[in-house]
Formats: sequence, structure tokens, C-alpha cells
Amino acid sequence: MAYSDKLIDHYENPQNVGSMDKAAPDVGTGLVGAPACGDVMKLQLKINDDGIIEDAKFKTFGCGSAIASSSLVTTMVKGQSIEAAEQIKNSDIAAELALPPVKIHCSVLAEDAIKAAIADYRKKRAQQG
Amino acid sequence: MTVKLPIYLDNQATTPVDPRVAEAMIPYLTQFFGNAASRNHSFGWAAEEAVEIAREELAALIGASPKEIVWTSGATESNNLAIKGAAHYYEKKGKHLITVATEHKAVLDSCHALEREGYEVTYLGVQPDGRIDLDELRGAIRDDTVLVSVMFANNEIGVLQPIKEIGAICRERGVVFHTDAVQALGKVPVDVAELGVDLMSMSAHKMYGPKGIGALYVRRGRPRVRLQPLIDGGGHERGLRSGTLAVHQIVGMGKAALYAKEDLDTGKIDEVRRLRDKLWAGLQEQLDELYLNGSWDHRLPNNLNISFAYVEGEAMMMAIKDIAVSSGSACTSASLEPSYVLRALGVDVELAHTSIRFGLGRFTTEEELDYALALIVEKVRWLREMSPLYEMVKEGIDLKSIEWAAH
Ligand SMILES: Cc1ncc(COP(=O)(O)O)c(C=O)c1O
Repeated sequence: MAYSDKLIDHYENPQNVGSMDKAAPDVGTGLVGAPACGDVMKLQLKINDDGIIEDAKFKTFGCGSAIASSSLVTTMVKGQSIEAAEQIKNSDIAAELALPPVKIHCSVLAEDAIKAAIADYRKKRAQQG
Repeated sequence: MTVKLPIYLDNQATTPVDPRVAEAMIPYLTQFFGNAASRNHSFGWAAEEAVEIAREELAALIGASPKEIVWTSGATESNNLAIKGAAHYYEKKGKHLITVATEHKAVLDSCHALEREGYEVTYLGVQPDGRIDLDELRGAIRDDTVLVSVMFANNEIGVLQPIKEIGAICRERGVVFHTDAVQALGKVPVDVAELGVDLMSMSAHKMYGPKGIGALYVRRGRPRVRLQPLIDGGGHERGLRSGTLAVHQIVGMGKAALYAKEDLDTGKIDEVRRLRDKLWAGLQEQLDELYLNGSWDHRLPNNLNISFAYVEGEAMMMAIKDIAVSSGSACTSASLEPSYVLRALGVDVELAHTSIRFGLGRFTTEEELDYALALIVEKVRWLREMSPLYEMVKEGIDLKSIEWAAH
């Protein structure tokens, strides 16, 4: 399978690998996928009081496309508002990395990870009242 | 010393043609190009003589008589001919066959084709080490069983089946015994007489010969095995496989067999084993949570199949792209299902996704192996650093306790 240069670059030099404190009130954590399916993404977003994503970190178990999709997503959401991040579609990710058809599910997972991280953040805020 | 990249460690998929083999083949393309069936001129005689020498060379590797070798286009055809050919010939005796869940697709799909024709096939499972249970085999044989097909060595995990014991069981019950020995030749001694094998599939390109040529051993001595041919035509190969013989390919397979025997006789194969053992020992020393797939004791000397837990197989192959290996990961297969062989052993799907097959070969050097070992260790550590699963496990979280959303 021939991958795009952009995908290979995100895979070989992944951006924003790491973890944040998942208990912190300003951090939303999304954990999506399943080991049995061969991919699990953990995306964490640090969001300030203005609803701006200040930082993003990921860890991913999965194929090269899954890792590249996660890396790309962290660079896309940083500095964005929650609302703008929510608008990111899997097709945007797939197009950016020129994912082959069999790898589209990796971009779907990355979109899910953004949504899950934001949902987690909102839940925390709601609990804080 | 610098190693030349990329490094080829996928010798279960195919092997390079040995330069000595390639050299022996060339004159049969340009100079001695005759049709081996041309009985009336020297071009034909030269071709026929070359074919018969190759037949002797291959027969010598497996302890057979040259008359028992039938040339085919490869082991896929040999498996088809053995299974469908025996089933059809012995149809009156019965329509039941026995094979194993971990067989090559060429065997499994031949069986599926027979099922569509009304035959019944029993697919034996395997134990966690990849070997069949002999008592289960005994229990599966019925009065209408005509063929048992069990591979010599598995192409993914290199596990060796108890061929001699299976041969004895089949002989006692009067059932024809076929084995796909593609992966075993030149790696472990194979003697059809001693093993009680009736039909045996072989392929040149897994033993440093060319692609597109194979053979089927068909027992002639007591008991004689009969087959119905798949291909109709000029009646070549005693009517079992019509078609003008591919002389240069056959010459290549003969020489490949000669050198395969040399690997066994000279102890070259023990050197391959030493390197394989060094790889496994080195990985275990430097990495945790590695799982060997399949038996260690009953295994080809050149195969290693390991699950690197929490590191997906395709990502791993991309990370070590200078080393050619293969993976049982779903991401590398068209079906998006992880290896059916590993699943048959009862390997967790999670671990099947992380499996890598290493196939060493005649031309693998110590420098290449050392380079590969260091690179693999570095990249597994890098990928685990990036793996949320590895992180969770290190935090003491039981991955099985999490409700994952299947997708
Ligand atoms: C065990 C086994 N049987 C059969 C085959 C098919 O052989 P060929 O490529 O010669 O058709 C292979 C190789 O893919 C194999 O590994």
C-alpha cells in the first residue's frame, strides 16, 4: 500500500504524543476504539474558560493510518474553539492524509475521539455546576 | 560493517532464487529450449534428460523414487490435485475428508469446493501450541473417510505436525494421507517412506528456486495411490498433469532441491536456527510482554512468530520498514480479520493484531540479524510509548475490565 507523504510524516514524526492529568477539571479525555478491533485512540484536550482548546495530546494503539490521523487531529484542534473542533469531519481527516479506502475507519475513529473528549469535558463542567 | 538495506526476513512468503539455481536454469531458456516430449531430435532429448535429472534431485530430497514425482505449477496446484484428485478417484469408497483449521488456503478452499459437490469435510481444531490432537484425528476417521490432509509445517507459525504418527494412523485405517510440505523442505528432514506419506505437495519458491513450479509426490509402492487429474490434455506426467513441461523451471526446482538437501546435510540449517534463537533471546532480554505464537519445540528452525503486546502489527511493520516481515494483523489483510491461524490456536484477537512473523533464510547474515534486533527493540519501545494500552497496563488497569465500544 502506498501512503501519502503527509501520512508518513505524521506517522514517523507524530505531533503531541503524551498524556495529561485526566482528573484535571480543564482536561477532557476521549478513549475510543477497541483492542479487539486493532485500534484504540486516547485524545486529551485542555480547554480554557473561554472554550478554547489550549493543548491536545494523544496516544494511539493502531496501524500507521490511525496514528497519523490522531497526530493530525491534535494539530487541527489546537487553538480552536470547542464549537469549531466539533465541526471537524472524518472526511476532512481522510482527505488531508489521502487515506486509502480500507483506512477510512481510522479517520472515523479520530472524529469520534474529538467528540468523546469534548463530551467528557462538558460532563466535568456540568458536575462542577 | 554496514548492512545492506532492506533486510529480507520473510522467507516463509517466498525466497530469493539461489544464484547457483538461476545459473543452472538459463541455458534451458535459450540453448536447450526443446520440448521434453519431442522424442525425435536432440533438442527434445536434452530437455527430457534435464527434466529427469531434476526429478532425481527432488526425489533424493524426500526419499522417493523419481517415478513418484509429478511436476505442477506450484503447491497451490499440487494441493488441488492431491485433494480433489484423490476425492474424485475414491468417490465410490466414500465422500468424507479430514483436514485442519490452520491449513493453507489452497487446502481449505479445495475442501470447500468439494463440499459444494456434496463431500463432507471434518476440520480438526488445534491445541494451543498449534498441533493437532492425535486422538481427535483417530476419532474423526470413519469408514467413508478417503483422505486425511495435514500440513507438515505451518506457513505462519512454523509449527510442525506429528507427521509420522499421522502417517501410521492413516496406514492402519487404510486412508490416503496427504501433506503440504512446502515450508518444511530443506528445513527439517523429510522422508516419505519413513513418514508414511502418500501424497506430498512441494513448491520451488520456498526453497530458493523459481516461482511457478511445484511438484506432487504420489506414492507408487504399496499402497499405490491413484488420482483423477485436474487438467486434460496431452497426457504428460503419466496422465496426471497434462501440459508441456516448463523445463527451465523444473531444472531450477531440481537444483533447489539439491541445495536444500545440502543445507540439511552440511548443518547450514543449524546456523539459521542459531540466528533465529539469538533473535528470540535478544528480544526477550530487552522487551517485556512478548508472546510466542505456536510451539517452540515443534517448529521450523527459521521461523519466529511473536505478538508484541500493545503494538499493532501494521504500525510495527511501518516502523521497521527496512526489514521485510509479515503480520497477522487485520490491518494487513483485505478481510480486516486477524489471522485465522492464530485464532485457531486460541490467541486473543487483541494479541493476533500485534503478531509479527520473522522468516530467516539461507542468506540471512549475523550482521543483518543484529541490525534487525536493535531496530525492533527501539521501535517497539517507541510504539509502546505511544500506546494508550501499554500506559493503562502500566497504571495497573485490567484492559479486560473496560467496556470497549466495538466498531
Ligand atoms: C504451506 C503452503 N502451501 C501452499 C503454498 C502455495 O504454494 P505456491 O505459491 O507454490 O502455489 C504456500 C505458499 O504460499 C504455502 O506456504
